[in-house]
Amino acid sequence: MAKNSLGREIPETFNGKSYIPYRDPHSIKPETFHFQRASRVLKRNYSGASKVAGGLREAIIASGLKNGMTISTHHHLRNGDRLLNDVVREIDALGLRDIRIASSSVHIVHAELIPYIRKGVITALECGVNGPIGEQISRGELECPIVVRSHGGRARSVISGEVPIDVAFLAAPYCDEYGNFNGFYGPSACGSLGYALVDAQYARKVVAVTDNLVPYPALPISVAQNIVDIVATVGSLGDPKKIVSSTTQLTKDPMGLLIAKYAAAVIDASGYLKNGFSFQTGTGGISLAVAGHVRDMMRDRKIKGSFGCGGITGFFVDMLDEGLFEGLFDVQCFDLKAVESIGRNRKHQEMSAGLYANPFNMGAVVNRLDCAILSATEIDVNFNVNVNTESSGLLLHNTGGHCDVAKGAKVSIIVCPSIRGRLPMVRDEVTTITTPGETVGVVVTERGIAVNDHLPELKAELIRRRAPVKDIRQLRDEIYAVTGAPRPVEFTDKVVGLIEYLDGTIIDTVRTVRA
Amino acid sequence: MKDSQPRRTMLYVPGNMPSMLQNVPLFKCDSVILDLEDAVNHAEKDAARNLVRRFLQSWKERDKEVLVRINPLNTKWGHDDLRAILPEMPDAIRFPMCETAEMALELDAELARYEAANGLEIGHFGILPSIETVKSVLNAYAIATSTKRIFGLAFGAEDYTASMGVARTNSGEDLMHPRMMIVMAARAAGIQAIDTVFSDVSDMEALRRETELVKRLGYTGKCLVNPRQIDVIHEAFAPRREEIDHAQEVVEAIRQAHAAGTGVVSLRGKMVDAPIVKRAINTLRIAYAQGLVDTPVDEEILNG
Amino acid sequence: MEIVKKAVAGTMQSSDLMVFVEPADKLKVEIESTVIKQFGHLIEAKVDEVLAKNGVTVGFIRLTDRGALDYAIEARIETALARAGAV
Repeated sequence: MAKNSLGREIPETFNGKSYIPYRDPHSIKPETFHFQRASRVLKRNYSGASKVAGGLREAIIASGLKNGMTISTHHHLRNGDRLLNDVVREIDALGLRDIRIASSSVHIVHAELIPYIRKGVITALECGVNGPIGEQISRGELECPIVVRSHGGRARSVISGEVPIDVAFLAAPYCDEYGNFNGFYGPSACGSLGYALVDAQYARKVVAVTDNLVPYPALPISVAQNIVDIVATVGSLGDPKKIVSSTTQLTKDPMGLLIAKYAAAVIDASGYLKNGFSFQTGTGGISLAVAGHVRDMMRDRKIKGSFGCGGITGFFVDMLDEGLFEGLFDVQCFDLKAVESIGRNRKHQEMSAGLYANPFNMGAVVNRLDCAILSATEIDVNFNVNVNTESSGLLLHNTGGHCDVAKGAKVSIIVCPSIRGRLPMVRDEVTTITTPGETVGVVVTERGIAVNDHLPELKAELIRRRAPVKDIRQLRDEIYAVTGAPRPVEFTDKVVGLIEYLDGTIIDTVRTVRA
Repeated sequence: MKDSQPRRTMLYVPGNMPSMLQNVPLFKCDSVILDLEDAVNHAEKDAARNLVRRFLQSWKERDKEVLVRINPLNTKWGHDDLRAILPEMPDAIRFPMCETAEMALELDAELARYEAANGLEIGHFGILPSIETVKSVLNAYAIATSTKRIFGLAFGAEDYTASMGVARTNSGEDLMHPRMMIVMAARAAGIQAIDTVFSDVSDMEALRRETELVKRLGYTGKCLVNPRQIDVIHEAFAPRREEIDHAQEVVEAIRQAHAAGTGVVSLRGKMVDAPIVKRAINTLRIAYAQGLVDTPVDEEILNG
Repeated sequence: MEIVKKAVAGTMQSSDLMVFVEPADKLKVEIESTVIKQFGHLIEAKVDEVLAKNGVTVGFIRLTDRGALDYAIEARIETALARAGAV
């Protein structure tokens, strides 16, 4: 065990691999790891014949998948996805074992994988998870080593070859027999294929899986025939209606609205809300309420923004259509309105996870962000943010782009209610560090606004505007005065997961909760 | 300053809902009315009373005016409500179904008894009577002047239209007459007039129009049931630029008069009397609360 | 004071709790809470304090808590006890 710079104990090796403890957000460079770009063998296909191998089982056989290999899928169908479950079921039926999953994310719907983990079909997760799998792992009820990565960090790990993907099974909602595809149209349309674009480039074998085979050529092309090995057809990829997460409505909660109003005041005071403004929000009800205020201010002041970024909602689509942004960078569509827009509007740009947030390249889009709204499950008095575990200690959420965007944006704003069901959300220590405090600009709760020391002008301007600025320790004290001081959750020494920072260093671990 | 403090927004909070009560310190309204009456089922009156009492005990740093709406004194709960609540020192009692001066005096006497027994100044607790029946509208001036505790009259439209036997309309002509009667009675008595709640939380534009209307009639505040309505009401009650400028001139004139050692204040050759000063200070106070002026008004100015 | 009959107070809304009391030969307290790990000790202390304040020495008291703050815990226990004829 070694302590990283945030005081967290990090094992030297985990599941047979060695890792470097987190130091700071900047100093790690690709050279530190002797990283090159991942390579794969050159292939020659002089046949113009169809690549359709049949169904999933035939495709798995044709891909040459063997025991001990790593597979991936993308999570653009979010909780409507059925491909990952179907692939694993077929893998099991073929008698394959010891498979690693390196998908871009795993959702609640993938709780179906749990029996296959118990059975030894799946033996490692090279990706974060949402829901029951992580919960059971952190309770110690399920054995499966897990390395949680951000969107940018995952792109980095795939591009650098740290996580070599043997076979990528990519859901392809609009696909032809020679392997060209996009996500814009068809019964399982999910819009942007941002996460899949990385796998398509770097996986050793690429299988396009479609429920909508269209006549050649499937245009416009997101993933092209020259990098696709196999096409498989299935009855259905999933239910695109469930790509809408439950939180794409503006909040009606008065405390949430108060937080949104304060967050909008922070953006207003930041000085960036002028022509050329760039902005990202998530899908939470509070985030969308902030976006509503930003839209109103841009309208009133006739501001023409540069770009909106991230997972894209219909809200941002409306702002684009209204002319409030020059364009949208879309790594993932959060609702069907965004899906519809990306298929018709060239200014609604599909963006790969690498372009979005990979730290090891010549500049990701997050570097160009002015203000970003991010969420949290907990925040500590050093501005460190947890989005992975809850105060119960259970691993319930994937990182998403959290630490990538916090690092990239000039002003990253964490919006979070100060109390959830008596649990204080600003506390002495967070259960798990996802995002280091020095990359966090402002914490906004309904009880006040805490500004990090690296933004003194913003703090002074907010005070001048009589916004409720408070020292983050004062904020914690006020919250504890209401809730009482919580007793820390107890953990065992058993490390069951790693939380990787975007640069590949380890910022925290997940240990099993003591019963 | 009980008589003239800003009461633009008087927010009802149901007395039996911990999730709402615990956010009371965070709502940005001028006054909060913890409700033991209509928001509480008959079977839960005891529970709400205990909850409100313990909540008030736990709320150490009160930053807004606190009223409790008790049940009418002619119900079996009204007196128990008072017994439970008064030790927690609310600023005032929202008094429902106050139809006559005699009813106001009954509450006045009970409050005075409590004050006397506990060494409080007589008149410590205020009363905000609900004018919510046809009879109470007709008695509005008598009620307004019945006791000095009454700092305002609050219109309650739901019960009023029921007692009138008419349906509530969106256009509001059904409420025009009582609204005028109440604001006239209140102004004649030198107290505030507070308008009824606007119940359609989804229609902020209609809320804004209604608030602007009652402001023009002379109302100084509005009751509400949803905190989402606070901002719109505050915007509607915000003073106009020329009102703020005039108020600042008045304050400046007083300052100069004090500096010159004269008791007579005049502005552009006209004498500035007490009501004008009071209004100017109110205007500046609201302007400050609304972020329209940068410094709070120095209320010491009244005392020279 | 004595719990002479079964009684209930509170709701299952978030930030609230339900308190069930019934007569028993000795004192028994059961606490179930969404925040038992973090706040079990404070909830327990509050329950003990309120029971002592009301002179309750025997009875079965059961709490189902949804993250209520101390003031609400106190108020709901008081209400349940009063309804049980104990106060």
